[in-house]
Amino acid sequence: MSEDILKIGQFEFRSRLFTGTGKYPNLATAKMALEASGCEVVTVAVRRVDLKARGADSIMTVLREGNYTLLPNTAGCYTAEDAVRTARLARELLDTPLIKLEVIGDERTLFPDVPATLEAAKVLVDDGFTVLPYFNDDPIAALRLEELGCAAVMPLAAPIGSGLGVRNPFNIEIIVKHAKVPVIVDAGVGTASDAAIAMELGIDGVLMNTAIAGAKDPVRMARAMKAAVEAGRDAFLAGRIPRKLYATASSPLEGVIGSDQDGHT
Amino acid sequence: MRLLVNGEERQVEPSTTVKQLLSSLGLEDTLVAVERNEEVVPRALHESTSLSDGDRIEVVHFVGGG
Repeated sequence: MSEDILKIGQFEFRSRLFTGTGKYPNLATAKMALEASGCEVVTVAVRRVDLKARGADSIMTVLREGNYTLLPNTAGCYTAEDAVRTARLARELLDTPLIKLEVIGDERTLFPDVPATLEAAKVLVDDGFTVLPYFNDDPIAALRLEELGCAAVMPLAAPIGSGLGVRNPFNIEIIVKHAKVPVIVDAGVGTASDAAIAMELGIDGVLMNTAIAGAKDPVRMARAMKAAVEAGRDAFLAGRIPRKLYATASSPLEGVIGSDQDGHT
Repeated sequence: MRLLVNGEERQVEPSTTVKQLLSSLGLEDTLVAVERNEEVVPRALHESTSLSDGDRIEVVHFVGGG
């Protein structure tokens, strides 16, 4: 089998599991879970430095040791302007063009503000960023984001942190069929089967945070997610059998003992 | 002069540079990015950029997130 590479902009990855770095009970667990997940891409958030309390080890120490590709996000931004500012600060911090664009529309659902996401995506693409936007599972929004020059599109499976799994597999499938850029399902995965189901739809990768960090045993869940993403990818590439209403025997119908010439018992 | 740093008021000497501000905050050896009145001040310009009274400064870094 040829190597299955995921290309996003100028970047190439072998792992199709992208992981977040928030909400871990402690840094040691985060480190072990990221290792167990086999991920290459990890997301980070941009926040104000706390000018009163500093000095503690940060997640950045863990990430630098692990040689991960950092994908900064604009999480927490509610306007296109704030998302663009946050992206530019992230680029100043890391000298990377990669940005996970998030413009949130509502505090309770954390659903994206799609018009504002499109507005910010345009500014960032024009500014040379490799933009990976988080958005609703809306095939038309996916096309618009792609037309603007986004390097990938990242529809949600379900609300951020909800663990509800892929709520609308048909929309995700339509997005996949129409997209010429990679499709990464971002948000909503709860457990390993959710990740496998998402990958079986033909998407190119899955991004998750809470499903691993919030599990009782994050390291074991990270391992499960690695296996699930790989299994789902393989199952998609292998090509599943069609669904049928009635049974089809797996064993030969001929030669069953005690049968007459017609094969009936 | 008076600055607003990460939303908090701070008094600094007139014509303090970005580099001097970061030193006074104990951040000279920390990976941070600085924004002045909503525009990034590139690291290469920290030393040559003098701040003005009333400037709004954001000093940010990476934290864990999804």
